[in-house]
Amino acid sequence: MHIIVCIKEVPDTEELSKVRINSRTNTLIREGVKSIINPFDENAIEEALRLKERYGARVTVLSMGPPQVDRSLKKALAMGADEAVLLSDKSFAGSDTLATSYTLAMGIKKIGTFDLIILGKQAIDGDTAQVGPGLAEWLNLPQITYARRIELDNGKIRAERSLEDAFEVVEAPLPVLITVTKEINIPRYPSLRGLLKAKNEKITVWTSKDLTLDKGRIGLDGSPTQVIKVFTPKPPKKGEILSGEISEIADRLILEMKKRKII
Amino acid sequence: MARIEILLDRCNGCKKCVSVCPFSAIVVENKKARILEGCTFCGACVNVCPFGAILLEKKEREVDLSSYRGVWIFAEQREGEVMPVTYELLSVGRKLADALEVDLSALLFGNNLREKAEAMLDYDLNKIYLVEHPLLAHYRTGPYAQAMVDLARQERPEIILIGATSIGRDLAPRVATRLRTGLTADCTDLDIEKGKRNLIQTRPALGGNIMATIISPHHRPQMATVRPRVMKRAKPNGRLRGEIIEVKPNFAKEDRMVQVLRTIKEENEVEDLQEANIIVSGGRGLGKAENFSLIRELARLLGGAVGASRAVVDAGWIPSYHQVGQTGKTVQPKLYIACGISGAIQHQVGMRTSEVIVAINKDPNAPIFNIATYGIVEDLHKFLPILIEKLENEKGR
Repeated sequence: MHIIVCIKEVPDTEELSKVRINSRTNTLIREGVKSIINPFDENAIEEALRLKERYGARVTVLSMGPPQVDRSLKKALAMGADEAVLLSDKSFAGSDTLATSYTLAMGIKKIGTFDLIILGKQAIDGDTAQVGPGLAEWLNLPQITYARRIELDNGKIRAERSLEDAFEVVEAPLPVLITVTKEINIPRYPSLRGLLKAKNEKITVWTSKDLTLDKGRIGLDGSPTQVIKVFTPKPPKKGEILSGEISEIADRLILEMKKRKII
Repeated sequence: MARIEILLDRCNGCKKCVSVCPFSAIVVENKKARILEGCTFCGACVNVCPFGAILLEKKEREVDLSSYRGVWIFAEQREGEVMPVTYELLSVGRKLADALEVDLSALLFGNNLREKAEAMLDYDLNKIYLVEHPLLAHYRTGPYAQAMVDLARQERPEIILIGATSIGRDLAPRVATRLRTGLTADCTDLDIEKGKRNLIQTRPALGGNIMATIISPHHRPQMATVRPRVMKRAKPNGRLRGEIIEVKPNFAKEDRMVQVLRTIKEENEVEDLQEANIIVSGGRGLGKAENFSLIRELARLLGGAVGASRAVVDAGWIPSYHQVGQTGKTVQPKLYIACGISGAIQHQVGMRTSEVIVAINKDPNAPIFNIATYGIVEDLHKFLPILIEKLENEKGR
């Protein structure tokens, strides 16, 4: 069995608190924000590795981005993935979700046959959750999004798919594309042995010349959406600290809630 | 392909462009700016450069978009019931259709839904495309995407709005990709650029730290998913008497389909967090798992739902479906009470748009107080029992 995991490098969640607003220009200061593997994609890697341990499989990790993304791919190798491929080319810059899913699809076509594609349910920077289903569409595959549990049975996959207030049990034949939630597992840390091994492994890098691409479908030209403005959300109104005896504070709070017709 | 260039003779390394770049794609080295590969050619830097040192060339595309007219909304139903987000789409859809002076239409997919369609006609819309088939009774990606793509190719709407639910976010990217058109996720504001008829889509990104405004100027239909509970709900007014258009879907036999074996309801004792008007959330300040009983008690008294910070979910004090925040749920209740939650940005992005935020924390420096409408600097173990007692007395009266 061959499993392909697609990952994205994103700004570190914890580091987002370092993002500050320049109050004079009302703009963001993001200098010094570190990058990590998108947390949901770590769940995707972990799930692929668990399937590998349980059923036997080869795991290929695929990403698209600037050359420094090879750090994230090395981490995936250290966790236990077998191969890593990076799609990196200046002409991929400015890709929206349509162009990204197209480029990843063409990368997967070059990788060859597979049984399962796994991604995190969404990336924490864009939060769109669009690349997974888009990729499934380009590859003409069935999709199972928001999976929180999967198992294989006789060439079929069975999954629990999370909805807002329920979950579905679904079944699909392979090959299939799955996006996973963080409930599905707890990602492992790379072992020391894994880290040493990954250090010497090579990441395969493919540029636009290595892929069969329609130039009109990649990068900015292949991206229907355009970001025309970026701004910081309105700062919340300055609140009020309620002070006094505990009992007085509680009375005051209840009064305010009544005034606002909340209770 | 667009091109961006720094005019080195003009650049003096002031770094203004570095601080406005939403993608961290500019560095200043040796007092000159340099554009990195993450650049998306958004142009934010061009506008802020005081020296006109950044040159951006975008190739304009010539496309005839005039054959696309009308605004569509996807009327999401589950088990035959039309979901609340549908009425939110109807209200924002009406605003957009009026601005464009075109029809507003709803797409209702399912089986035996004629009555529901009749009832929806009261909501000030021009047409309902009712597509009925046993395969559409319950949501499945394949047939739903097929039905929507076929209709869109035939009728050519200029805008399609879909709720950003677990169904909408599964369906919309599939449809947009097949139509080779633009899709913007999870919009919180929509407007029309008059003249060009562009849909102006605004959404949070980077975990709510920034807002981005996005257009798809050269593609139709323009597609967007809309975050639930942000737009006003439409009210029935019967002003307009629209028509129901029955459409027979044409499904090819699909043997590689995902089968839904069963659907299981969850968390019945807990009201759905994203639908709750009041949420009481607990964090590490509770001290131990057992103390969540205080949170549950307060939530019960207020008729609200129970939320939690990531720290206590990770500690195993409460299941993860209660988690509010970047890797949990985004909520927007009328009242959010944060008890013993310090309010890391990770948590804030999931609840900062709540109407009223009450923060109870004994640390006066907790970041949660920066966004709280009412801050209470007290030990929650002392404060909550008194608040609960007083609320009980109120009820008893």
